[in-house]
Amino acid sequence: MSKLSIISGIFLIIISLSAIFAPWIAPYSYDLQNPTELLQSPNLNHIMGTDRLGRDLFSRILYGARLSISVGIFTALSALIIGTIYGAISGYIGGRIDNFMMRVVDVIYSLPDLLLIILITVILGRGWISIFLALSLVSWVTVARLIRGEVLRLKELHFIESVKALGANHDRILFIHILPNTLGILVVTLTFRCAAAILAESTLSFIGLGLAPPFASWGTLANDGWGAIKFYPHLTIFPGSAILITMLAFNFLGDGLRDALDPHKKV
Amino acid sequence: MLLFIFKRFLWGIPVLLTVATLTFAIMHIVPGGPFDREKKLPPEIKANVEAKYHLDKPLHKQYILYLYGLIKGDLGPSYKYLGRDVRDIIKDTFPVSIQLGVLALFISIIIGIGTGVIAGIKSDTWWDRLTILFATTGISLPNFILGIILILLFSHFYKIFPPALWEGWRYMILPSITLGFAPAAYIARLTRSGVIDVMNKDYIRTARAKGLKYRSIVLKHVLKNSIMPVVTILAPLTAALVTGSFIVEYIFSIPGMGRFFVTAVTNRDYPLIMGVTLIYTVIIVLANVAVDILYTFLDPRVKLE
Repeated sequence: MSKLSIISGIFLIIISLSAIFAPWIAPYSYDLQNPTELLQSPNLNHIMGTDRLGRDLFSRILYGARLSISVGIFTALSALIIGTIYGAISGYIGGRIDNFMMRVVDVIYSLPDLLLIILITVILGRGWISIFLALSLVSWVTVARLIRGEVLRLKELHFIESVKALGANHDRILFIHILPNTLGILVVTLTFRCAAAILAESTLSFIGLGLAPPFASWGTLANDGWGAIKFYPHLTIFPGSAILITMLAFNFLGDGLRDALDPHKKV
Repeated sequence: MLLFIFKRFLWGIPVLLTVATLTFAIMHIVPGGPFDREKKLPPEIKANVEAKYHLDKPLHKQYILYLYGLIKGDLGPSYKYLGRDVRDIIKDTFPVSIQLGVLALFISIIIGIGTGVIAGIKSDTWWDRLTILFATTGISLPNFILGIILILLFSHFYKIFPPALWEGWRYMILPSITLGFAPAAYIARLTRSGVIDVMNKDYIRTARAKGLKYRSIVLKHVLKNSIMPVVTILAPLTAALVTGSFIVEYIFSIPGMGRFFVTAVTNRDYPLIMGVTLIYTVIIVLANVAVDILYTFLDPRVKLE
């Protein structure tokens, strides 16, 4: 793994830990309003400044990490579970059923993610759960395609043939012999899916269609500052940077993991 | 050939039907009818209004009427902009979005292929490394963050370009760059690896051995063969431009379809949400078909099946 991806990995661990321990690390509470310190630029008391209600931006970003990162991780995990099961079944059974299952995936896949997510949140509302559900419902198709391809490739290999000759049943072949071999790809996919989910959530929140207050993910915070960007740019710059750095870290980590774990894709 | 094109169009039908059904479902699942006002309408008037919009009929009949209306191009009235049809709103906003989309597409193809080809033929130089850096950051740089950076730099710090609206070429530069940046990075990466791949082929060595000028080798042989992967991503690219337009039009307050879509979602203006969604789906289906046709023209090895 390259140095860059190791640094990215360490950075992501630090970010996740500070999200978990936000109440102990944050200098102020996320909703503590201080009428005497409105809209301050970054200074010694408030290293990232304060917003229009006098709330400390650094603390809000720390708490925002909880939402942004947990949406990312939970979405990626559920997409991985749904996608793996679907893709494995489709690839393993093959034939007509596979054909039909993949047409369904094609239909979802051909539509833009963000459009579908927005439509689903129109039905489900705008809470944490519905954003999470909408993101998962859309992002499993990518995983399903990947895993199906892998299963198709693996099931033709000789070791599967020999396991079959030894009399193993389908469950055993699929769960003990095929799926563990896709683990490398799964780990890589998990990383990229996390990044994609965090990006989708923050984008939605930024255009005002994602998490609504009192939830404040990084996207919501950036949107909050957006109206006054000309006069108080720090309100947008800090949450924006948090999103950007996290995205870069996930992508570098994913690239590194892919080079390390997936021998087929070595450039 | 005609049969092939026809078959590709047929593929679009399930996609369109899925989206039409999903949008129809949204209309009916979400609580609150379109004519629920604070002041109750007299029952006779309400019955009349519901009869006009076929809300008194059973659900399956409404669905059929709805699909029939779509075929005729009738998208219904907007709930928010009273007295305006969804069709009219789309007619006004669509050209703006198309301008933005085409400009962004143009930028991404020119910059993407340009930097990609140079990086490919000069691999392992500083230009190549710069392109790789551009490609990696470009893909992970969210477009709303890029929009914020560009506005801060070029509208607030240096007052070169206006930060909002859509009233002339100076207004178009920042939004088009914002929208086209990530696709440009993606195309650059694809082109670069395509060029490196082609440069190692035997026919390029043959062309060199025959004494062809380097310039014409690159322009005639390398370029044409290495942009094939770029053609394949034109369809997902269109999808990316569509969703990107929501964000870019929101950031730069551009009066296009994407911004109306976002406000329609906030206002729960269901007919407008549905109408715009369907237009987007049609665009994406058409892009898919166009790419398939283009591909068979460019690469005769692809069989028409």
